[in-house]
Amino acid sequence: MLKQTPPNRAHRHLNAKMVDFGGWDMPLHYGSQLEEHHHVRRDAGMFDVSHMRVIDARGQNVRAFLRALLANNVDKLAVPGKALYSCLLNEAGGVIDDLIVYFMSEDWFRIVVNAGTAEKDIAWMCLQRDRLAPGLDLMPRLDLAMIAVQGPNARGWVWQSLSGTRVATEPLQPFQAVEVAPYFIARTGYTGEDGFEIMLPAEQAETVWHVLQAHGVHPIGLGARDTLRLEAGMALYGQDMDESVSPLETGLAWTVDLQSPRDFIGKAALLARPATRQLIGLLLLEKGGVLRSHQAVFAPQGEGEITSGGFSPTLNQSIALARVPNGVAVGDTVEVAIRDKRLAAKVVKYPFVRKGKACYRDS
Amino acid sequence: MSIPADLKYAKTHEWARLEADGTVAVGITHHAQELLGDMVFVEIPAVGRKLAAGEECAVVESVKSASDVYAPVAGEVVAANSEVEGAPESINQDAYGAWMFKIRPDRLADLDGLLDAAAYQAVVDSDAH
Repeated sequence: MLKQTPPNRAHRHLNAKMVDFGGWDMPLHYGSQLEEHHHVRRDAGMFDVSHMRVIDARGQNVRAFLRALLANNVDKLAVPGKALYSCLLNEAGGVIDDLIVYFMSEDWFRIVVNAGTAEKDIAWMCLQRDRLAPGLDLMPRLDLAMIAVQGPNARGWVWQSLSGTRVATEPLQPFQAVEVAPYFIARTGYTGEDGFEIMLPAEQAETVWHVLQAHGVHPIGLGARDTLRLEAGMALYGQDMDESVSPLETGLAWTVDLQSPRDFIGKAALLARPATRQLIGLLLLEKGGVLRSHQAVFAPQGEGEITSGGFSPTLNQSIALARVPNGVAVGDTVEVAIRDKRLAAKVVKYPFVRKGKACYRDS
Repeated sequence: MSIPADLKYAKTHEWARLEADGTVAVGITHHAQELLGDMVFVEIPAVGRKLAAGEECAVVESVKSASDVYAPVAGEVVAANSEVEGAPESINQDAYGAWMFKIRPDRLADLDGLLDAAAYQAVVDSDAH
């Protein structure tokens, strides 16, 4: 039996193509994945991301605990509401999950983790809590749903749809959140567009979904969510990284704080094992197929592998993220094995697309 | 969408249409394009290639995944539809109009071994369960 998110009935009512996504019954698309993708880039769309897990960390020593738990440094969070992207590492420096942590007050930080890894994450966090900060409260918020509204017009649609939210959320900077009861609204997302991620009581999710839709916000499935995040050059857990991979080999060195004297789980392993591989962007130069994960990449420096690949609707071209040996450089041409052929691809600096426009660098 | 009664079908979701000149036009079914989603790439076999029945001979790729297309009958490829290669979305728009290639069949009678519309409907129905 698949788990259902609170707006499940709305998806079925819209005749969504539903798929089993890590045990959750989720909408892949509502008709055309391509149109949904373009709609987010050009106007705005909404995603049911209630399968993701919200965990509230409460107590007197939350910051100290997160300082030891996370690879990024929560001391960067000075202003209440500010958010930070971080990896959660094991002792070997492998990635248990990637997450966003919101600093709300010194005794309340909110963490949002991936759906497929939620149980594992919570078990790990509780284990570390018992060791480092007994008494700290880690509460999974199964009572919350989450709807992301993304696109150049997303904020305006939300303000029109949910009365009373504008005053509190208009001043929000990117990666900042505020509580507007009953909502928790963050200016974050997974598309490379402006917008909000709205956490709300599960029992209100279906109504809010309908209200947003009545105001003209199109529902967007997980299919377009994936092509949007790939264009935005955002790593996907389970595909671009997992427990066997270092964040330093996933293009996430910017999220790992190795500068400060602070110790954190996985730090010693990362320092002992410098990165020999890197995550790069690829643009397919020839006709002959679509770049897909697990395709082999051939460069003079050695062999690598595509971790996420697909067709970019914005660029009208196939793009990918690939893990290759160090030394492969932006502007190089490499070969990718697609079925029985080897096709040329250009190494580029991702992201590929931000705010509706191509933005990669190829030299 | 109803399944055209004048076509023959393979259980691997190709359709085959006998043309007036004795060749067989081949495409993928409406059901297949629905399963795959928006098409972004099509590769069609070269004219002159000899195909065995059931041989992998073309590829369609959607935003979601790649899928092989199999020759419904044995024969030689005598035409390739470059318009479909240039506009893969035409398969989504009109699956039964967007023929991919034409085969001159080795034995016309092989068409009789394919599924008729009712039998293909049964394949589609069993997919739904």
